[in-house]
Order: sequence, then structure tokens, then C-alpha cells
Amino acid sequence: MTEYAPLTLHVPEPAVRPGGTPDFSNVRIPQAGSVIRPDIDADPETIRDLAYSIIRVLNREGEAVGPWAGSMSDAELLEGLRHMMTLRAFDARMQMVQRQGKTSFYMQHMGEEAVSCAFRKALLPGDMNFPTYRQAGLLIAGGYSLVEMACQIYSNEHDPLKGRQLPVFYSSREHGFFSISGNLATQYIQAVGWAMASAIKNDSKIAIAWIGDGATAESDFHAALAFASTYRAPVVLNIVNNQWAISTFQGIARGGSGTFAARGLGFGIPALRVDGNDYLAVHATAKWACERARRNLGPTLIEHVTYRVGAHSTSDDPSGYRPKTESDSWPLGDPVIRLKNHLIVRGVWSDERHKQTEAEILDAVIAAQKEAESYGTLNSGPKPSARDMFEGVFAEMPPHLRRQRQQAGV
Amino acid sequence: MPRKTMIEAIRDAMGVMMERDDNVVVFGEDVGYFGGVFRASQGLQAKFGKNRCFDTPINELGIVGAAIGMAAYGLRPCVEIQFADYMYPAYDQIVSEAARLRYRSNGQFTCPLVVRMPTGGGIFGGQTHSQSPEALFTHVCGIKTVVPSNPSDAKGLLIAAIEDPDPVIFLEPKRLYNGPFDGHHDRPVTPWSKHELGEVADGHYSVPLGRAAIRRHGSAVTVLAYGTMVHVAEAAATETGVDAEIIDLRTLLPLDLPTIEASVRKTGRCVIVHEATLTSGFGAELAALVQESCFYHLESPIVRVAGWDTPYPHAQEWDYFPGPARVGRALLETLEP
Repeated sequence: MTEYAPLTLHVPEPAVRPGGTPDFSNVRIPQAGSVIRPDIDADPETIRDLAYSIIRVLNREGEAVGPWAGSMSDAELLEGLRHMMTLRAFDARMQMVQRQGKTSFYMQHMGEEAVSCAFRKALLPGDMNFPTYRQAGLLIAGGYSLVEMACQIYSNEHDPLKGRQLPVFYSSREHGFFSISGNLATQYIQAVGWAMASAIKNDSKIAIAWIGDGATAESDFHAALAFASTYRAPVVLNIVNNQWAISTFQGIARGGSGTFAARGLGFGIPALRVDGNDYLAVHATAKWACERARRNLGPTLIEHVTYRVGAHSTSDDPSGYRPKTESDSWPLGDPVIRLKNHLIVRGVWSDERHKQTEAEILDAVIAAQKEAESYGTLNSGPKPSARDMFEGVFAEMPPHLRRQRQQAGV
Repeated sequence: MPRKTMIEAIRDAMGVMMERDDNVVVFGEDVGYFGGVFRASQGLQAKFGKNRCFDTPINELGIVGAAIGMAAYGLRPCVEIQFADYMYPAYDQIVSEAARLRYRSNGQFTCPLVVRMPTGGGIFGGQTHSQSPEALFTHVCGIKTVVPSNPSDAKGLLIAAIEDPDPVIFLEPKRLYNGPFDGHHDRPVTPWSKHELGEVADGHYSVPLGRAAIRRHGSAVTVLAYGTMVHVAEAAATETGVDAEIIDLRTLLPLDLPTIEASVRKTGRCVIVHEATLTSGFGAELAALVQESCFYHLESPIVRVAGWDTPYPHAQEWDYFPGPARVGRALLETLEP
């Protein structure tokens, strides 16, 4: 006989499953403007609360309020709205061409557009993002061409990556966008190494790391935090918490930790949580964290609290693991609509202009799609040659690859 | 010419490259202030500063992952994994990241990175300080794998590896650090100071990757070996009196196939020796290549001598290690009519 009751295993469950009524009552949403904005050199010990709150700028009335407001001009905000609308329109189009069989795979951003679009505007030439597969806003807001993006998605003759990568695994050194791996979390530590290199060379560039809520459970995440903390690397460590890792709710990766941002505290890394559907709040926190990195004050961890409205990719159906209407209940709203309303409140935008802009953007996206298709799609038209397959494994092709290329007869 | 141990030669190579190129940085566990548990980086921090040579957290994934980011930035990191047995947490970074970065980014990002790791047994290191994981690297496209067998080569190969535009795994047979160990564990090892391959030229020189060296010329049988096994094979040839031609591969990938082919076509027989476990070892690849290109010249079956397919034991180290007696038997076996 033992005095102890039998042990039991705790397996976390989301609040609601398919068939249930969506419920986000457990997500505590502070009022916009209520979170302090500390000096960038504040002692991390004194700002630990920021890892448990949510920095928000836009209130329900569409006004920008509080200490994190005021980082952007009308023109910058209008441009930001255009970037998010472009990303959304591009996503819709590419989602469609995947369904038409013109490519194998696609991943959309619906609901998360503000995170990458707003963050990009805090960066300077030479900075480097180490993105995951849902930050194409970094490219769009960075001026990358939609045609090149589409060519990559089609793996066609003009694909800048010669058909070697899955759709949406873009790479553009020139645009501060590191080649996407596809193995989750591996690039988090690489971003820290890149930032360390900038410090070793006494340069001024900073690195931006990106990861999803689910992948924070990977060892690479913890290695990155350890190295960033030890060497005070000039890096911003972003966690995009969109609530779902394919079918797995964020509680499985988070475990007993209150928030993902709080993971930074044990490493002595200042950690912020931000309303990821609030373009202004994302930009303001990005500016704060980038400024810290540029001033040699070391890393910052930012958890972007958002919601993945669409499926993980074109290969899954969310109705199998969460209520169909869950996204409608997400308490932080839609990032495009929220910025649109704010611009109307500011008196620089209207429903009519919004509709007109939507139509213009759609035309531009369709034109880019058509141009890309003129260079081929995955299943028709010109594509990278089989001979190309053997190039670029090494700087110089070794003899065994030459032999194999000969055997392949290409 | 000055004679050096293999550790001194490796230290020399890193020092020469750090002197020549500001982008060369050296780091790993215990590597900075202390100079590494085998002392390969001794004095480098004092000479080049903490920016260029430093200690890291105990995190192999972190060491290689950070180094990849640095290499993509434009540095040339030469990092140490304290024992090859500890590299598995870094394996994903090596296989999925370092090896493919050039390819998947179509050359936008590259990874000129060297990962040094002491390999092999013979030091009573047990299962976690004795492994020879070279086949886990040669199976991966996009990385080169190098195994030196002496101080002279070690310096030149390491310099070539640091200068290489692609990632290189540099496996250092730790039993050779102090002398050309030939498998006779019950005899004192000749120090490198008394061996001609302990002669290490000062300054910069390189031994090109992808070229083997013929260590002993012969006509009866070709022995393909690398690292410690080169010296074991030499002892076996001497002790059996077999007129063996011993090829030190030096680089496993890219492999110097022409040198191998020329020798096997001449001798008609081939023995392959490695310390790593037999099954799916690099010897399997060598055997396949030899039979593909030299089948009609072969007069007897290719023989492999390797570590047994068990974890590396502690007490039974010398039963496990493919020493000169086993290699000698294989040489004689191939000569049987």
C-alpha cells in the first residue's frame, strides 16, 4: 500500500473542439494604450510584466492611443494598408492557382498580415530576416516583385531558386530575406549567429528571427535564446503565436508557461507581447526592439498574438480540429479592417477609396500572375532543366556528380 | 623542417588562417580561454582576441547553427565539436541547413564552414568518446568530409578546408594526436617528432581536398584506409610481409577515385579498412565503387575490415578495434589462391 494516489498524465486540451462554441474568454485582452512603453535601455528585470500583457495601440473606435502610438505618418500607414491588402489578394490568387493544379502547395497569411508587413518597416538596408513560411509580408513590404514570388511558386523557368524549393520558400538576399529551410526552428539560431557576426565585424546590421508558437518547443529555439543571451546578439526574436500548429493548439508547445514571451525571461531577455493584428502596435514594438539591437543593448523577444484564420497550408482542413466559426470569435479582429477603420478615423481614407484600391490591387496581382504563367507553371510550359538539378550542390561540381549527370543523360 | 604533433599542426593551421583572414573565427566548448580539451586552440584567444576565439554554451546545435548564420554573413567559422560522439544534436543543422544552403538559395547564401571533431577510439573513451561517424556525413550531399592521418596533412587539409567555399567536416583521429598509433596498444607510440610526416612546414600551405596519397607502394594488394587505420595497415603489411599498396584517402568526399582505380587495376585485390562499424560504413561505398570500375581486374573478393557492429565497448576496446592482426589476416586471405 502506498500513501500516494496513482500518477496521472496531463495532456492539455484546447477550450473547444469542432462542434463546440468558440470561446476565447481565456485570452485576456488589455485595453489599447494601457501598457507602458519603457526606455529601450530599461533593466529587463523591471519590465517583466510586458511578457504577460499585450501591447495594443488601436482601440475599438479605431483610434491610436497610448504610449506606443504615433510611430508612423499618414503616408506610411496608407502604404502599410496597401501592403497588407496586396498580400491578402496575392494569397487568394495563389491559393486558387494551387487548386487549379498550377502548383503543388501554398500557404496563406489570412489574419496575420500585419505581423510581417508592419515589422518590415522597422528595418534598414542590410538587416536580415530569417523567416518562416508565413512572413511573405516582409517581401511585399520590402518591395520584392510579385512576379518573382509567383515564379517561385510555379517553379518555372524564371524561378529565382531554379525549382529547387517548395512553393513559398522564397529567398532574396537583396531584400533581407534569408532562404527558408522548411525544417522548423533551425533558422532561429542561425539568425543569432548572423547577428553575432555583425557584432564581431563591428558592423551595424541586425538580424530578425522568426518562429511559430508550435516550433518554440524545438531545441533550436532554446539554443537561440541561450546564445542570444550569452553574447547579447543584436537580434530580434519573433514568435508568431497564431494559436495553431497545424492541428495542435498552442497549449501543447507552451505547457505550463503563462505565455510564449515569458520564455525569454529566464534568459534575461526583455520580452514583449504585442497585438499581432494591430499594424501600429507591431510596428511600434518592432521599432523599439530594433532600436535596442542597434544600440548594442542586445536581443529582444516579441510574441505576436494573432490568429491563423486559414488552414495551415493547402494540405489540411481546419474543420477537423477546431470549430468552423472560431476565427469569427477571435477577439483581436482583422488586421486589414482595423487599419482601414483607423485611417478613416484619421480622415485620410474612405470605404470608396478602399474598394477602389482593392480593385487596383487585384488587377496588379492578376497581371503579375499572368506574367509569371507566361514563364511556365509547375505542370506546363518552360521549367528549370534537369541539368540544373546537378548545379550548385557545391561551388565546384565534384567528379561523382559529373558522372551522375552524365548517367542521367542531361 | 620543424616537427609537430597533430594537435600542434591543427593549431598552427587555425593560427595561420586567423592571421591571414579576419573573417576566420574559432569557437566551441572550452575552446576559448582554456584552448580546448585537446588544446587545439590553445593561445588563439590570447593572440586574436575574444571576438575571434571564444567559449560557447554546451550546445552543439547552437555552435553549428550560429556558425551557419555567421558563414552566411561572410565569416569563415572553424568550430569544434568536443568529440564526434557529441555531434548528433547538431546533425540537423549540418544535414538540412549547412549542406543545402547554397543549393536551395541558388547561391544567394553560402556556408563556408569547418566543423572539426575528434573521432575514433583507442583511448579507452567508451561508447561516447570513440565513435567514427564519417559515413553519416559522406551520405549527405553538399558537405565534404576529411580525415587526416598525420600532422603534415592535417595542417594542409585544415587550411584547404577553411579556404573551401562549402561546409567541410574535419574528423581528427584523436589517437593520432601524439603519434602514428599503429594498433599495437601494448607498445609505446613513436612520437611525431620521430616520424617524417611529423614535419610541418611553417606558414601557409594547403593539401587539396579530394586527393588521396599513396603511403606505401606495392603490387600484391591495394589497401584503402584513412585516419588511424593507415598506420595500422602499414604495420599489418610490414608484419605479414605482404607487398601491399596502402592508399590514404585523406578526403572521403569528394573521393579520389582515379588513384584507387589505378592501384586496384594494378594489384587486382582490395582490402578496405575502417574503424567505424561495418554495416553501411564508408567501406560499403568503397567496395561498390571498386567493383563497379575494377570488376574485371579483380582476382579475389574485396574484403572489408571494420569495427564490429556493436557500440564501442570500454573493457573490450582492443577486441573491438580492427588492429594489425585482423588487418594482416585480411591481407593474407585476399592472396589465397
